[in-house]
Amino acid sequence: MSITPNEVMKIAHLARMSIHSDDVERYAHDLSGILELVEKMNQTDVHGVEPMAHPLDMSQRLRADVVTESNQRELLQRHAPAVENGLFLVPKVIE
Amino acid sequence: MSTLNHAIHHKTLAELRGMLDGKDISARELAQHFIQRVQTHDGALNSFITLTADAALLDAQGADETIAAGQAGALTGIPLVHKDIFCTQGVKTSCGSRMLDNFIAPYNATVVERLKQAGTVMLGKSNMDEFAMGSTSESSYYGATQNPWDTQAVPGGSSGGSAAAIAAGLTPIATGTDTGGSIRQPAAYCGITGLKPTYGRVSRFGMIAYASSLDQGGPMARSAEDCALLLNAMAGFDPRDSTSSEQASEDYSAQLNQDLSGLKIGLPSEYFGAGLDAGVAQAIEAAMAEFRKLGAEVREVSLPNSELAIPAYYVIAPAEASSNLSRFDGVRFGHRCDSPKDLTDLYERSRAEGFGDEVKRRIMIGTYALSSGYYDAYYLQAQRVRRLIADDFQRVLSDVDVIMGPVAPSVAPNLGESLKDPVAMYLSDIYTVPVNLAGLPAISIPVGFAQGRPVGLQVIGKAFAESRLLNIAHRFQQATDWHRQIPPAFK
Repeated sequence: MSITPNEVMKIAHLARMSIHSDDVERYAHDLSGILELVEKMNQTDVHGVEPMAHPLDMSQRLRADVVTESNQRELLQRHAPAVENGLFLVPKVIE
Repeated sequence: MSTLNHAIHHKTLAELRGMLDGKDISARELAQHFIQRVQTHDGALNSFITLTADAALLDAQGADETIAAGQAGALTGIPLVHKDIFCTQGVKTSCGSRMLDNFIAPYNATVVERLKQAGTVMLGKSNMDEFAMGSTSESSYYGATQNPWDTQAVPGGSSGGSAAAIAAGLTPIATGTDTGGSIRQPAAYCGITGLKPTYGRVSRFGMIAYASSLDQGGPMARSAEDCALLLNAMAGFDPRDSTSSEQASEDYSAQLNQDLSGLKIGLPSEYFGAGLDAGVAQAIEAAMAEFRKLGAEVREVSLPNSELAIPAYYVIAPAEASSNLSRFDGVRFGHRCDSPKDLTDLYERSRAEGFGDEVKRRIMIGTYALSSGYYDAYYLQAQRVRRLIADDFQRVLSDVDVIMGPVAPSVAPNLGESLKDPVAMYLSDIYTVPVNLAGLPAISIPVGFAQGRPVGLQVIGKAFAESRLLNIAHRFQQATDWHRQIPPAFK
């Protein structure tokens, strides 16, 4: 199983990460190397084995549906790149 | 074993406690001593990302008041370093990444808060592989950390800064995190003691997530006895971490001296095959002879699915990472690119500029494994293989009390080697990764040297058997002095 330069571009877009065109070949090589390493796993017969999502097979704990956190908007926005009137600023999305 | 000749910066917690309570030294003087050590010895070593000297002296003053009032606990006035993956309120928390170079954490991780309450004095934040992805601490945005035993060697990773700082006498204790070996492997490479607790034993709240079903914080120190004291303050249920275990934590120092006669040790044949360095094998064998002298029985066991662990790990960990790291979008915190032309450009360039190579590789492989058409073949398959690996451990641990083996197949490699072939580096974690997949606790203790570099022994236990692991490690350290060796350049 190997990953082509085209697939690298597609994956990078899915991950919202731009890749410089000079680096695409290198990533295709590296990612193919990882998939080769992973390949051994795919030859294993796991028929009837239950997938393991939690290392101790515990289920998610639920808590009471009550407010536990206070409003800390100013504190949490202090390190945002761009904020105005308590809102995060991004480039215009809707024309 | 006489330890009286060790300099202050190489003393154990028990020794430092005695000095603090006996008023031989104040917490402020102790903090000052370590700050000076960092200032004079951490240049090329590069084990710290941030030194918080002023805050440390202030905390130390508070500790001195507590000591004067006769209310000191085991850790009051003890200096420590937090891996830069733990959020520290008002202090830069970079996770070794350009992405978070400008991030000042607005709150404390639960681990940080607990250790603050216990009276520790934070000296600063330690260097690490970017987002804990790596086994050498070379992928840090702040440059590589060196190994105090040999400055040509890596300290291991990802908690390499914490391990190197302890070995070099820049701090007596440190925190670390372990997703695939990131506490145990640097502990082994730097000749110190490090414990990865059972998944869920230590809160993950405020610990920047890499692979959430594998990540676990734990103590790093000179000895098992010191790790026990540190774990006492770190462990316990935290309602803010939904995967935190509700099982009560223990006094991890209480069982340290228990006798080891009759202890059943299993050595997995798969951990001693081709690929294991002869010098490492020799040091492990010598440790087994020591355990036999202490009354343990050693027998061979088998973990037949061991070789599937690295493949399963390199699907599960990147898949979870690609999801966790989607939060770094250049909008709410962290790095943002200059003059984005639209929202997609903002995301794509901020992330391209903020993340380093290894992080990008793992995000991409994880994105691929989770993408439409590949999910069953990769992620689901990996989760099934994960169960086979966990079942192996369960079966063996119903016959023996603990499993022992090397932490890593070789001693610390030279700096720069892993950069040539990133996938080859992944194989240095073959003995540690299976333990994370199974969620079990394991400790790394120094048991000798090969080619002049430290060798670590790994002791793997049943879920929540941290007390037993610390007991076994402590008895070994009572009978040997590998853990009291000091790198010649950092005496």
